[in-house]
Amino acid sequence: MSIASTSSETPSPDALVVSNVSHSFGDKRVLDNVSLTVPRGAFSVLLGLNGAGKSTLFALVTRLYDNVTGEIRILGRDVRRTPGAALQRLGVVFQSRTLDSDLSLQQNLLYHAALHGLGRREAKTRAQESLEIVGLSDRAHEKVRNLSGGQARRVEIARSLLHRPGCLLLDEPTVGLDIGSRESVIQIVRELVSRQGLGVLWATHLIDEIAPDDRVIVLHKGQVLFTGHVPELLKAAGTTNARDAFRVLTGTQSEEDAA
Amino acid sequence: MNTVEVGRPMVDQAPRGLGFFAYLACFRGIVWREVLRFLHQRERFFSALVRPLVWLFIFAAGFRQVLGVSIIPPYQTYVLYETFITPGLIAMILLFNAMQSSLSMVYDRETGAMRTLLVSPFPRSFLLLSKLIGSVAVALLQAYAFLAVCYFWEIEPPFIGYFTVAPAIILAGLMLGAMALFISSVIRQLENFAGVMNFVIFPMFFASSALYPLWRIRESSPLLYEICKVNPFTYAVELIRFALYGQVGPRLSDGSLDLTNLYVVIGYTVFFLGAAVYAYNPSKGLIARRGGPGAKAS
Repeated sequence: MSIASTSSETPSPDALVVSNVSHSFGDKRVLDNVSLTVPRGAFSVLLGLNGAGKSTLFALVTRLYDNVTGEIRILGRDVRRTPGAALQRLGVVFQSRTLDSDLSLQQNLLYHAALHGLGRREAKTRAQESLEIVGLSDRAHEKVRNLSGGQARRVEIARSLLHRPGCLLLDEPTVGLDIGSRESVIQIVRELVSRQGLGVLWATHLIDEIAPDDRVIVLHKGQVLFTGHVPELLKAAGTTNARDAFRVLTGTQSEEDAA
Repeated sequence: MNTVEVGRPMVDQAPRGLGFFAYLACFRGIVWREVLRFLHQRERFFSALVRPLVWLFIFAAGFRQVLGVSIIPPYQTYVLYETFITPGLIAMILLFNAMQSSLSMVYDRETGAMRTLLVSPFPRSFLLLSKLIGSVAVALLQAYAFLAVCYFWEIEPPFIGYFTVAPAIILAGLMLGAMALFISSVIRQLENFAGVMNFVIFPMFFASSALYPLWRIRESSPLLYEICKVNPFTYAVELIRFALYGQVGPRLSDGSLDLTNLYVVIGYTVFFLGAAVYAYNPSKGLIARRGGPGAKAS
């Protein structure tokens, strides 16, 4: 595992550590003693069917509401005790579209930069940089309305990078995209991992988005059933491909959700 | 699609602390986005202006024969009914704007724009307050556009009134905005605008001093009078009414200033703001208990 060098903090903590987190809504237990780690410089796939608890986990990590039990740390910062420091180090791409379609790409990015306290001039430089990373720098002044779904997704990735987070969360980022757009989104994020050493947590229910050397975390009915790299997953399940492994681990028969 | 490599790695730069200028940048960014969005939605601007004008041109014109308004402060002569209801219509602009922005919060909550706001590292109360001030800035633009049209309809408050009304509009806007913010965090059913009209806007607007002076209401229904007296909207209307004539409040019989309107508006603002911040608090808040933004209504 490659760990990015020259950290200004003393130890080099993992990008995201979730330990022993449970969460309930009323009587319904949505997360049951969930623990997982996203190292830096690693592409970690959070694999789970719809309703597995992925969104609740994301809500807790992004501090939409506080975790009542356990602990969540982003690059060593506790989300509940030092939310500001933790959120400064976290980039998020939400499942739903969150750009203002009436505004231009740049205006959207500047708004987000402001939310992280960046001054105007710096924000403009960074917006340009981020758009270059996702290959849309020539369209900075176009309205978001004119973008395709895949392009809008890439803008959201650019936006999540503005404050230079060390940990990037993506919640089903490829939902509703065509194959070409999906591939380009995945490729961009994988390059961020390999070139810039980000720790990425990629939540999905699409098994074919897993690469052979990815880390996989299988979340099913609020419980983590497996954490490890793909070869270990196959070994643990005694199968030859990830799809079968997922089915064996979760005991699910139908393929439609885990397609 | 090829990506362009950027020279230096983006991670491993410890974020700076959030100092005063960072707060300022954040505040400015939120307000700027609200105003920008408003300016880009021409239909919204148009309908925000047409609504009070319909009341002014049609309702007030028709009613002016029915309802005579005697000389009451701050007016020094008999005034036309149009003049009387202008402050109420300004308050209506504020109320609609507040409810619309609170609705957009509910809508945002579903679409995720609200979540984008809430993952900002700044304290949540600061974010909500900035958002609120942004929506008041939009309301202020609408109110002045309305006053400009009123001027040509020969509703001409004293020149000084155009300046003194601004703080009143801002304060009343904050109160109604904070109220709407609180409502948006509590009530899911608000997604339907008709519901908002029926249960919030109409009752608040009609049970107030916007359309008729309170003494007239007391004559016809003491109960309604009491309701009007607790309605925060009444105080917003009266605050604007006096401010439009360069006054903070009515003079009491002993010559001292009656600041009730001001105090009540400030009090309600603090109360609703506190309630909204509580509701959006990640550990105590109402969002957490209900499954939160993005959770499917069940």
